[in-house]
Amino acid sequence: MEYIVLILSGILFATAIYNILQKQLLRIIIGTVLISHGAHLVILTMGKLKRGQPPILDESVTSYTDPLPQALILTSIVISFGITSLLLVLSYRTAKENNTDNMEEMRGESNE
Amino acid sequence: MSNLAILPIIIPMLSGIIVAFTNKNVKRTRILTKLFVIISLIVTSYVTYVVFTEGSIILETGDWVAPYGIIMVADELSIILILTTNIIAATAAFYAPHSLSLKQENHYFYTFFFLLITGVSGAFLTGDLFNLFVFFEVLLMASYALIVLGGERVQLRESIKYVLINLFSSMLFVTAVALLYGVVGTVNMAQIAERVAEVDQKGILTTIGVLLFFVFGTKAALFPLYYWLPRPYIVPNPVVSALFGALLTKVGIYSILRVFTLIFTHRPDITHEAFIWIAGLSMLFGVIGALSTNNIKLIIAYNIIPAIGFIIMGIGIFNKDALSGSIYYFVHDMIIKSALFLLVGVISYVAGTSDLRKMKGLIHYYPVLGWLLFISAFVLAGIPPFSGFIGKLLLLKGALSNDEVAITIIALLSSLLILYSVMKIFIRGFWGEKDATFSLTKKPAQGQIIPIVCLLAVSVFLGIGAEYVYPAIDGIAEYLLDPEIYIDSVLKE
Repeated sequence: MEYIVLILSGILFATAIYNILQKQLLRIIIGTVLISHGAHLVILTMGKLKRGQPPILDESVTSYTDPLPQALILTSIVISFGITSLLLVLSYRTAKENNTDNMEEMRGESNE
Repeated sequence: MSNLAILPIIIPMLSGIIVAFTNKNVKRTRILTKLFVIISLIVTSYVTYVVFTEGSIILETGDWVAPYGIIMVADELSIILILTTNIIAATAAFYAPHSLSLKQENHYFYTFFFLLITGVSGAFLTGDLFNLFVFFEVLLMASYALIVLGGERVQLRESIKYVLINLFSSMLFVTAVALLYGVVGTVNMAQIAERVAEVDQKGILTTIGVLLFFVFGTKAALFPLYYWLPRPYIVPNPVVSALFGALLTKVGIYSILRVFTLIFTHRPDITHEAFIWIAGLSMLFGVIGALSTNNIKLIIAYNIIPAIGFIIMGIGIFNKDALSGSIYYFVHDMIIKSALFLLVGVISYVAGTSDLRKMKGLIHYYPVLGWLLFISAFVLAGIPPFSGFIGKLLLLKGALSNDEVAITIIALLSSLLILYSVMKIFIRGFWGEKDATFSLTKKPAQGQIIPIVCLLAVSVFLGIGAEYVYPAIDGIAEYLLDPEIYIDSVLKE
């Protein structure tokens, strides 16, 4: 199970990087969203995937899910959610002010 | 255990929240901001005093014993950097009202300013790798807001690149932390350091170490990852540039300093050897960038890169002299970079342009600015008796005692070129004939000059008063060379 999820997150990383390398601003943002999904899956897998076990450590419980990766993932999801929304607003304004959403045309002045 | 360790985070955070409510009344916001930065400075000075007299302060939040809870570690290294941060914040807060437009001040500049300080202090204080990521995000979020403040076309264009590169490296940071958790089963830095010694497969640890180095290197703008830095740093207001130049890249380099002296010390022949080469290349390419441009703001922005190179050089050499040189240079560079950014902000304001080709003979009109720039150039390049000299002397002494001749030559050469790149502003902008067409309409406010003078005074003190400062820095270097002290103080074994 761990291997499958890790391969999945690898695919997510690959598609994310492909999208980040595009010129269109919206595709780049989709790329950043995908890369955060990939990273979150890696966190989840690192705590070992177990089905049907509660995250409780008690004298009587022998098998339990590691709760720490879930706490980390939650924090990380909230952060990337916030940044994605900021990035969407920022790129909307940028595209409007610069009259383009093509990164190739946003390089800056060439005659400096 | 003591709650003192959390104060450098709590005070700026609460101040930021309070000034958010007074944003309708700019005068009140300014007064409150000045009051809060001074309170923060006094409190941090006190915490610094306590740390240096009584040893590291470890705060285990909610009484969760380390390594289970979230911990804050105020050791000598963190607290000295936080003190420097607070000095810079105080000067920036006094400079800001004279530099920002009313619109920018109304749009929560002071709130974001305090949140930035919160993030920086938190990153210096945390004893937990995941919390380092969280505080990185806190300071980056504030910096995203500060960089677009004003909303000009060029600002938006450059900030999108800045946000993207930081978002990408943050995601790799999370991945690296997750992988490290998979190997050692903890995110507490002291416990990681302890368990790293017990891991059989050192190869995977080196890989994770290099991945983390890539992340911090991107944030610190090391060669070859510095390409994103210069332009986004010159588009916002000078006071924002000063904060960025002095604090943001330094958090990245602090993380490298912490992680590679505490956790990844098992293969110095791979990691630390590479640092020396990267240091040399950062110095060379940084000064080439600084020499290549006529934009005075860009010259200073490029000068961040060789400075980072000097600090990483000491980490790469990894002996006592070199590390104390790194820390000395670290503190020195934070102060002088903010002074220089504020200074070129004033110069480009009075000259009406930041293009060096369009200014000459400014010293006839603004002698104070000219001589301040002259002194700053000397401080930056490390001419004795200023502070840069002590740091560089220690670094070179450390390099030579490890027989690293090539890096010594590169460091000396690039110091010379750094001096030239800043002197160029003085020679071409300030010397020369009086510009007859120049109209003396803009005057720098006293409130702009005094913060710069204060920063330079601190810098001169670090140089002339090295006798008093050096023993403390030397102690920190010794402390960094022995990770056991950190581990023992956190885990209390």
